[in-house]
Amino acid sequence: MKHLTEYRNPELAKKILKEIEKTATKNWKIMEICGGQTHSLVKNGILSVLPKNIEMLHGPGCPVCVTPLNLIDKAIYLAKEKGVILCSFGDMLRVPGSTDSLLEAKAKGADVRILYSPLEAVQIAHQNPDKEVVFFAVGFETTAPANALSILHAQKLGLKNYSILNSHVLVPPAIKALMEDPEAKIDAFLAAGHVCSIMGYWQYHELADKYKIPIVVTGFEPLDLLQGILAAVKQLENGNYHVENQYKRIVKEEGNREAQNIINQVYEYGDQMWRGIGTIPDSGWHLRKEFERFDADKKFNIDIEKVPENALCIAGDIMKGIKKPFQCPAFGTTCTPQNPLGAPMVSSEGACAAYYNFRTLFEEMS
Amino acid sequence: MNKSLFKLQCPAPKFDFDIITLAHGSGGKLTNQLLETGVFDVLKNDILDKHHDGAFLEMTGKIAFSTDSFVISPIEFPGGDIGELAINGTVNDVAMCGAIPQYLSLSFIIEEGLPVSQFWDIIVSIKYAAEKSGVKIVTGDTKVVDKGKGDKIFINTTGIGHLHPNAQIDMSRIKSGDKVIISNSIATHGIAILSVREGLKFETEIESDTTNLNHLTKELLDKFGNKIHLFRDPTRGGVAATLNEIASEIEKGIILNDDKIPVLPQVKAACEILGLDPLYTANEGVFMSFVASEIADDVIKVLQQYPESKFASIIGEVKDEPKDKVLITNPMGGKRVVHMPIGEQLPRIC
Repeated sequence: MKHLTEYRNPELAKKILKEIEKTATKNWKIMEICGGQTHSLVKNGILSVLPKNIEMLHGPGCPVCVTPLNLIDKAIYLAKEKGVILCSFGDMLRVPGSTDSLLEAKAKGADVRILYSPLEAVQIAHQNPDKEVVFFAVGFETTAPANALSILHAQKLGLKNYSILNSHVLVPPAIKALMEDPEAKIDAFLAAGHVCSIMGYWQYHELADKYKIPIVVTGFEPLDLLQGILAAVKQLENGNYHVENQYKRIVKEEGNREAQNIINQVYEYGDQMWRGIGTIPDSGWHLRKEFERFDADKKFNIDIEKVPENALCIAGDIMKGIKKPFQCPAFGTTCTPQNPLGAPMVSSEGACAAYYNFRTLFEEMS
Repeated sequence: MNKSLFKLQCPAPKFDFDIITLAHGSGGKLTNQLLETGVFDVLKNDILDKHHDGAFLEMTGKIAFSTDSFVISPIEFPGGDIGELAINGTVNDVAMCGAIPQYLSLSFIIEEGLPVSQFWDIIVSIKYAAEKSGVKIVTGDTKVVDKGKGDKIFINTTGIGHLHPNAQIDMSRIKSGDKVIISNSIATHGIAILSVREGLKFETEIESDTTNLNHLTKELLDKFGNKIHLFRDPTRGGVAATLNEIASEIEKGIILNDDKIPVLPQVKAACEILGLDPLYTANEGVFMSFVASEIADDVIKVLQQYPESKFASIIGEVKDEPKDKVLITNPMGGKRVVHMPIGEQLPRIC
């Protein structure tokens, strides 16, 4: 734990907080892209100690939140109707589909399993040759290498009963879409450290230049986040905008080449639907033609009705930083973590759940 | 005596069968054989030996009474098994009332096919746990269900005991200024179970801390009497769920101090890796006390003498505000609300 406690040192944190306070003379809106960062900001109480003129916007980097409703329905359909062993990361289970969640499907008898790695799903497929095994492969660039590797493993083992239900989303196109949205008012970004550990940050220079916006590659511990915020504020106050790497201990400019190679073997770029936001061009990874037989969507030829989102839910505006969760009429009334209307209320990384859990303090502070 | 020594002294008797079948629950010869040799001989005491339909107990005055069912999977885990858990769980629930647990009932629902050797291990654990906590098993029941209609074995225990003469355990006695004490490091049991359930292997094996807490609560009541306002064991839902229940019941705020909450380093590391929060993770051998502030340091001194409570710590305080809420502050000055968990903790994607 030594290497973690170092990044949680309260004395150092207080020092950086003071410096942020001293540096920030204007109001700045900084968006952390990644849900893991939102979670850490809330868990460590950082939102409660930041100066009032620094407003954190919680971006769309929560894979649970942006996975299309229709795909969740497909996962539930596969588990319930097709008798597959449906494997998933834990926090996808509670996300509401149009009628059920995977957790409810499990309670009704579907074989839904929580895994920590898609490679475990390959193992399950290997051990259960008479059953179809589907891994619900959602996520950003971070989970892509393991998902791609699972397919390479399955191919090597000659498995015919393994496939993935794929929804991979990418950060740089999302930043672009946010900057092109006239309603979104974002002054700086904290880029997601773990995404950059895979992909590097060479792609971000162009974005910083084009939109004249500071982008700081940032880690997840309290000191990482505070340093990231300070770096962004310094650039904003000095009128600079460039890519800076706060998370040097993990992230290199070029990223992890080996992981990128694996991704490139299996995936290709394509348009991607983001729940609550819409389709963003070239913002997703889809399986290449030669790996099509591992695509659960095609393998099972799933054709189910596309149900519209709950009209009350303003998840998209929240993930774009246009609105705060408590500006939503359903927030805390018809939409709660027990009974979520949209995904950001489900995951602890989702902005709405984070605000819901944090609400009393905001009420105190406002 | 430690548990493995104890087990060596209880060799399994010879049965004509290797697995438990529906016939063992039918009330006939096989039931008799299983119960006489497998249960009554092991757990014997003056009350159980009467073999009546129920137990005759002599009790006067105020009595605490509690029941619990144990359905844990897997039934054996590092640091314990379902039998030990079933005794400790109910003993602790009675102890949390400020009572001295004395008598327990014990009921099994067994799924047919359970190996007799596994059943025997559970019975021995039960005997060990009952002796350690000083309770007698005085009545019980055994049922066997079809394969697939249970999960190996379910156990229900019910316990009763006299109230400690000094005890005034009552949530309404909690005042602002009371200190919240945790008896030992948290989340150990939950992580121990998870690591076997999910087949996760860590460099150091994490063992469940399941144990009886009645000797500790008795000593605290002997020494501090009515200055102790509440005992609670934060089992399912962890410390977070228990404190939220209390906060909303007493209509006060509970403010926790993040760096005072004891978590074993290996448990903390496992939580980090798995994306779980120790505050929401289940506990077994741990209890919380709400005590008058003037005795808090002395309570800690008493608890820290014993191995099962050597990490006892004052983790927080009761305040008037914010009502119904549990807050946690960290040394950086950051605050967050510790909310009521919705369901089981689900590991995060990244």
